[in-house]
Amino acid sequence: MSDITIFQARKILTMIPNRPVATHVAVRDGRILGAGALEDLAGWGAYTLDDRFADKVLMPGFVEGHAHTMEGASWRRVYCGWFDRMDPDGTVWPGLKSVEAVLDRLRAAEAALPDADTPLAGWQFDPLYMPGAVFTRHELDSVSRTRPIAVMHASGHIIVANSAALDQAGLLREGIEHQSFPLGDDGLPTGILLGPEARIAIAPHVGYGDMLADNAESDLRAFARLCVRTGTTTITDLAAQLPEAGVASMARVTQMDDWPVRLVPFRTFLGLKPEALIAEVQRLKEQSNDKLRLGGIKIHVDGSIQGFTARLRWPGYFNGAPNGLWYIAPEHLAEILERALAARVPVHLHTNGDQATQLVLETLETALQKHPGPDHRFTLQHCQLADAAQLRQAARLGMCVNLFANHIYYWGEQHYAQTVGPERARRMNACRTALDSGVPLAIHCDAPVTPLGPLFTAWCAVNRLSSEGRVLGPEECITVDEALRAITLGAAHTLHLDGELGSIETGKRADFAVLEDDPTAVAPETLKDVGVWGTILGGVAFQAGRV
Amino acid sequence: MTDGPLPITLLGGYLGAGKTTLVNHLLRHADGQRLAVVVNDFGDLPIDADLIEAAGDDLLTLAGGCVCCTVGDDLGDTLRALAARAPRPDQVLIETSGVALPGALAGTLSLMRDVALAAVVVLVDAETATARADDPYLGDTICRQIRQADLIVLTKPDLAGPAGMDRTRTLIAALHPAAMVIEAAEGRVPPALILGPRPRSGEDAPAPATPGHDSLLFRPARPLDARTLARGLADPALGVLRAKGVFLDEAGAPRLVQAVGARVRLSAPPQGARAGIVVIGRQGGLDPAGLAALFGVHGR
Repeated sequence: MSDITIFQARKILTMIPNRPVATHVAVRDGRILGAGALEDLAGWGAYTLDDRFADKVLMPGFVEGHAHTMEGASWRRVYCGWFDRMDPDGTVWPGLKSVEAVLDRLRAAEAALPDADTPLAGWQFDPLYMPGAVFTRHELDSVSRTRPIAVMHASGHIIVANSAALDQAGLLREGIEHQSFPLGDDGLPTGILLGPEARIAIAPHVGYGDMLADNAESDLRAFARLCVRTGTTTITDLAAQLPEAGVASMARVTQMDDWPVRLVPFRTFLGLKPEALIAEVQRLKEQSNDKLRLGGIKIHVDGSIQGFTARLRWPGYFNGAPNGLWYIAPEHLAEILERALAARVPVHLHTNGDQATQLVLETLETALQKHPGPDHRFTLQHCQLADAAQLRQAARLGMCVNLFANHIYYWGEQHYAQTVGPERARRMNACRTALDSGVPLAIHCDAPVTPLGPLFTAWCAVNRLSSEGRVLGPEECITVDEALRAITLGAAHTLHLDGELGSIETGKRADFAVLEDDPTAVAPETLKDVGVWGTILGGVAFQAGRV
Repeated sequence: MTDGPLPITLLGGYLGAGKTTLVNHLLRHADGQRLAVVVNDFGDLPIDADLIEAAGDDLLTLAGGCVCCTVGDDLGDTLRALAARAPRPDQVLIETSGVALPGALAGTLSLMRDVALAAVVVLVDAETATARADDPYLGDTICRQIRQADLIVLTKPDLAGPAGMDRTRTLIAALHPAAMVIEAAEGRVPPALILGPRPRSGEDAPAPATPGHDSLLFRPARPLDARTLARGLADPALGVLRAKGVFLDEAGAPRLVQAVGARVRLSAPPQGARAGIVVIGRQGGLDPAGLAALFGVHGR
C-alpha cells in the first residue's frame, strides 16, 4: 500500500500560470506532490490511482475570508427568508413570498415542538420584498398565543416578537416610549423591535441568546456540512468572542479525522484593552492546529449600510438619514494597530462606509511610520463604498480588501433607491477598480448574513446583478478567472495562507473543491449553478450529504 | 422586588473627558452608598489602586461595598448579575465607551425590567471640545453626545482657560440650550449632583449641602399630580439642578421622582420609602417659595 494517491480528474484548474490545467494531482501526507499528466507524476514512486473524480473538475478548495460559524447555529431556527436557501443537510428551503407562507412554516415548526414552553425562533424574514406586508405580534399570535415566538429580519436589525414573548420580557404594557418600540393603536408595542437594544431586551426570552460564543459541536458540524456542500475548504469565523470553552470546543472538533474544513477564527477587539488583546491572540495562536488557525484580530469600525449605521463621507445617505455610528474611537483604533504591527499580529477591519475606510487608511498610515510592519496584510473587510483613491491608498499601504460582492445581489436595489443612491450603488464593492489598483482582492458572503457559496459570490462579482436583474455598474465586473482567483488565492492571501493554500501546486495542502462542471467553460451568467460534489481536505474526500 | 428598580446613571463623553477621574471621585465620596461601576473596555485600569480590595475574574471588590466590572457581551446580563448581588448595589454607574451615544444606551435601559435610568451625565473636555466638534470623524458624535445629556460636566476648566470655557459653553448652548451644565476640575463634582440626592431615613434634614450648592427637603402632605410636579421641577425658574424623592400621586400610589435639569423621570419607589423629596440647586439659586408651592408645603 503506497502512501501516494494520484487523483484523476476530467480537468484540474490549478490557478498557477506555469501549468494552469492538469488531469492528475499527486498527494502524499495530505500535501500536493504535483499536478500534471499521470506520467509527470509517476516518478514520485508507487501510487494508488483514485479515479472517483475522473468525470469531475478539481479546483483549489475555496477560501471564504469573511463568514461566521453562527451560520451553523442559525439553522436551529426556522428559515423564513425570501430567497431559496440550502440548509446544512442539503434541504433547499423555498423562499417565502408572503406573510401567510411565513406563518404557515412557523405553524408547522410549532406543531413539531415537544412541549408547550420552548421558544420558537425564525430568521431571515425579509419584508423589503413584500411591499405592504404587515408582520406584527398579532400575526405571530396566530401561530401561538402562549409560546414565545420571535422572527429576525434578514437585516439582522429588526426582530418581531409575539405577545407571549413580549409578556415574558415585561414589554407588553402601556407607557413604553422608545423609538425602537413602535406602538399600535392600543398603546401597546406592535411587537416590531428595532435595533440591537430592542434585541437585547427580547433575546433571552426567545432563544436568541449567545449564538456568537457557542461553538457547540453540533453547530460547528452543521457549519462544516455547508462548507463541504459549497466546495469550501478554508473559512473564517470573523469575529468570534473566543471564550475558553468555545476555543476548547473548536480545538477538539477540528482535530477529529472526519472534520472537513480549516477554520480561521479572528478574535473580536471587544472586551480587552489593546495590550491584553495582543497577548490574548498570541496565546490563542498557540492553540492552533492544521485545521484551526488562531491569532488574528477583527475590529468593527462602523455599522451597516442598509441599517444606516455605517459611517459615510459627504454627502452621506441618499435618503438623508443621519450618519452612522463609530464602534471604536480613533485613539483606540490607533493603539491596536500600532501594537499589532509591532507584534506582527494580523488585523482585519470591518469598514462598510467610506468614512470608516478613510479613518483606517489614515490611522494605519501613521501607525506604519512608527512600526513599519512589512507584509502586514491588514485587510479592509466589506469596504463596500471605497472609491478609487481609497483603493489605491490601501494598495500603497500594503493592505488587502475583502469586498462584499453578495451585497450587490441581495441589497443592490435598496442601495440604489435608498441608502447611497444610483451613482455610489454602481461602484459599490468595486472589484475591477481594486484589481486595477493593485490591492489584493478577496470577495465574501458574510454568512449567515447571506448564504455561504463561493461560486455564488464569484458570480456576483462577475455579473453584478441585483435580485431584480439590474446590472449595477458593469464597469466594475471582473472576469471569471479573476473571480475564481479571488475565492481561492485572493482570500488565502488575506489570511497569510497563500503559500500553503489557494492553488494546486507542489508543497501546498491537498485541499480541493470537487465540481461537476468546469466554471471556466460555462456561461458566466451560470457560474453560480455549477454543481459541487464536495471537497477534498488534506487528501481526504468529503462528499456533500455524507459528512 | 422590594428595592424598586435598580437606579442607573450613564457617564458618557469622549476619551480623555475625565470619566475615570470622576468615577474615582464618586467612589471616594460614596458615603456609604454601594456603587457598582460598569466600565468599558478601553483605557487604563479605571479604578485607583488604593480603592481596590480584591480582584476576581469578572469583578473588582472596592472599598465601602462598591464593585467594578467590565461590560460583558451583553449589558443585560451584566446588569442582571449586579442586581442579583447581596446586598444589592444602591446605584449603578455605567461608563460608556468614548464613541457611544448615551441616548442609544438610555433607550436600551428603558426596555429592561427592574432597572431605572436616573440620569445621563456627559462629560465634556473644555480644552478640546470645540476642536473635536469640528473634527470630520468625531464632530457629529461629540455633538450628539452633548445633545443627549441631562447633565453636562465641563472638565479641565484650568487647562481650557476662561476663553476656552466661553467657547465650550457657547457650543453647548447652541447644541442643547436646556442642558444643565456644571464645572468640575479634576473630577471634583458634588456626588449628589451626579448620583442624585439621598433622603436619609429617620431624619428630617437633607444631607449636608454640598459646597457651592443648596439642598432643601420637602415632605408633601397631600397627593400630588405627577404631571404638574414633573413640569414644575423642570421649570428653570425654580433653579432645580437635581431632585429625588418619593411622593404620593393622585391615585394615592407612591412614586419615585428624579429630576436632572430639565429631564424628569418617574418610577416605582423602594418598598416602605417615606414621602419626601430633596432638591439641590446652586447656592442661592433655588426658589424656596416656588418649590413650596409646587409641593404644597413649606420647605426646610
